Amino acid sequence: MASKIAFRTIEGRSFGYLLLLAVLGALLVLGLGSAWFMEHNGHHVTGMNNQIVWGMPHVFAVFLVVAASGALNVASIASVFGKTAYKPLSRLSGLLALTLLTGGLGVLVLDLGHPDRLIVAMTTYNFKSIFAWNIYLYNGFMVIVGVYLWFQMERRMQRYASAIGWVAFIWRLILTTGTGSIFGFLVAREAYDAAVMAPLFIAMSFSFGLAIFLLVMMASCAWTGRPLGDKLLARMGKLLAVFIAAVLYFTAAQHLTNLYAAEHAGIERFILVDGGIITALFWWGQVILGGLVPLALLFLPMTAGTRGGTILASLLVTLGGLAQVYVIIIGGQAFPLVLFPGMEVASGFGDGAVAQYSASWYEIGLGIGGVAFALLAVALAVRVLPFLPATLADSAVDPHHTKPEPKGAVPAGA
Amino acid sequence: MNGSGFDFNRRRFLGAAAAAAGVTLAPGVTLYGVGQAQARGLDEPASGEVRWGMLIDINQCTTDCTECVSACATENGLTGHGRPATDAQWIRKVSVRDPKNGVEKSLPVMCQHCAEPPCVDVCPTGASFRRADGIVLVDKHICIGCRYCMMACPYKARSFVHEDLTDQKPHAPRGKGTVESCTFCVHRVDAGGKPACVEACGATGHGAMTFGDLNDPDSEISRRVAQYATGQIRADLGVDPGVRYQNL
Ligand code: SF4
Ligand code: SF4
Repeated sequence: MASKIAFRTIEGRSFGYLLLLAVLGALLVLGLGSAWFMEHNGHHVTGMNNQIVWGMPHVFAVFLVVAASGALNVASIASVFGKTAYKPLSRLSGLLALTLLTGGLGVLVLDLGHPDRLIVAMTTYNFKSIFAWNIYLYNGFMVIVGVYLWFQMERRMQRYASAIGWVAFIWRLILTTGTGSIFGFLVAREAYDAAVMAPLFIAMSFSFGLAIFLLVMMASCAWTGRPLGDKLLARMGKLLAVFIAAVLYFTAAQHLTNLYAAEHAGIERFILVDGGIITALFWWGQVILGGLVPLALLFLPMTAGTRGGTILASLLVTLGGLAQVYVIIIGGQAFPLVLFPGMEVASGFGDGAVAQYSASWYEIGLGIGGVAFALLAVALAVRVLPFLPATLADSAVDPHHTKPEPKGAVPAGA
Repeated sequence: MNGSGFDFNRRRFLGAAAAAAGVTLAPGVTLYGVGQAQARGLDEPASGEVRWGMLIDINQCTTDCTECVSACATENGLTGHGRPATDAQWIRKVSVRDPKNGVEKSLPVMCQHCAEPPCVDVCPTGASFRRADGIVLVDKHICIGCRYCMMACPYKARSFVHEDLTDQKPHAPRGKGTVESCTFCVHRVDAGGKPACVEACGATGHGAMTFGDLNDPDSEISRRVAQYATGQIRADLGVDPGVRYQNL
């Protein structure tokens, strides 16, 4: 199955490319500026407070980290599940996984009360803490994916690529479980008290990761004049639809199991019925715009397999994903902790009251900076190293493609 | 750079351990030890024989009294900025009303100094720690300000320092960008005294708060716990708080 996919760096001299770099660079600077401002003044300039202790930066960070492991799926499908059509995409998949993870962790670190103590976080561990374990998982992920990419690019090492592909696949499953467990360990927060959190996070990662991957892939092809086969696109669209359905399924399971447990009726009512913005984000953002609409776009004959339909669906999944993480993180904190079950409580410290949160621009800026970093790093990397295949035409990537090969297309071995 | 508290600590630390060169190589390790030593105030380690605890008799506590809260603020230098959402609160008065019979009570809630503290379990750096004598503290030198402990605490007992600090008390070091909570006035306890809130409550004549060693059967707190029905807030969570309530 020796593959002969040709990979090429992009030229990267066009005005469009430079403009892209400039825009992403500006957003990154904006993010760094926001972080500096928050650190300098203290977190009181943000929307976060002693009730909502994790805010918009954490929404972005968790979203990016979850999406990172999902972005690696495309490579896993090729190396672990032996689908050759995805093989030309493995490098981009690994690259995106790395940059999204770095972007997410960057946001997380810059939001710390003491980002200057990063070295402390890296050297002083409490092994009981799932957070500390996550630091290992993240670092390990970077190393493994880095090696995976290297093996793919280095001819001598290519025969080991699929073995390390397996390692990466298993590692990413553990990593997403680890991310989900950050919430699972919060015994007192009722919103997170469901065994379904781990599979839910894995489904989310599949869906968000593939959506972002599709957007990046389609943009790269369109902007560098690389052919992109309709069949490949339709296939990936179908896959995204499956992942979206899985997220919806586990979301339903999450809330149904919670509804079944009588003591969680309060939090469920809050999320599903009377949580104001949280409820709106859940139904409109997460379920309808982030789930049902993209599903329809990917299935209805009119839009399925089309570029426009796929782009719109991917964008909606991405935004719906942010909404979902927002509902989980902010919604879970806004609902008051129950200190005295069955009692009416009040205090000067927000007891018994739904906590209010409105994200400041600094937090949003920091989050967007993380996204910008991830995309900027991809844009730069594809210029210096051959991450992108020369073509993604169906004839090139699909061994069973029946149409005669158009001239100039690079055949893929199967 | 981090408010006077941090600078203060660093200076004191450097003074106390002048030979501590190369701090930056392993700041966690070095400073951790100092943090503990400082918290104890003495060189002898906190004793595992002791379990400091508090008993609060809710029937003695009145709705309009907030003496314990003010005493805590004064003792520990918790000056607010008039921003209730972000100002630190180590102790707060919570009013609890039973919807069935309309009975309303008021009680102070602070860090419950859990025997199985979730805040300590989740803290990635080990900045949150529990002394052998049961007092749960944050080492301000290695806290990275991730706020995971705040997410984990079932009692909402912790505050994050959201802005620059002024007027710090030497015995209660704080630091912008770190998390803090009630220390049981560890500086007083180590010197043989009792927490400022307990003292203030006694001074009002209410005497709703008793502080002492739960492991010593002859202590006042142990005798009262043995004699009356007492409870812990959310005992079902299994974190075994060191703060008990009577007539809950
Ligand atoms: S009350 Fe909260 S902060 Fe205090 S020991 Fe228990 S978990 Fe930790
Ligand atoms: S905020 Fe500080 S004390 Fe709390 S978990 Fe993070 S490092 Fe530990």
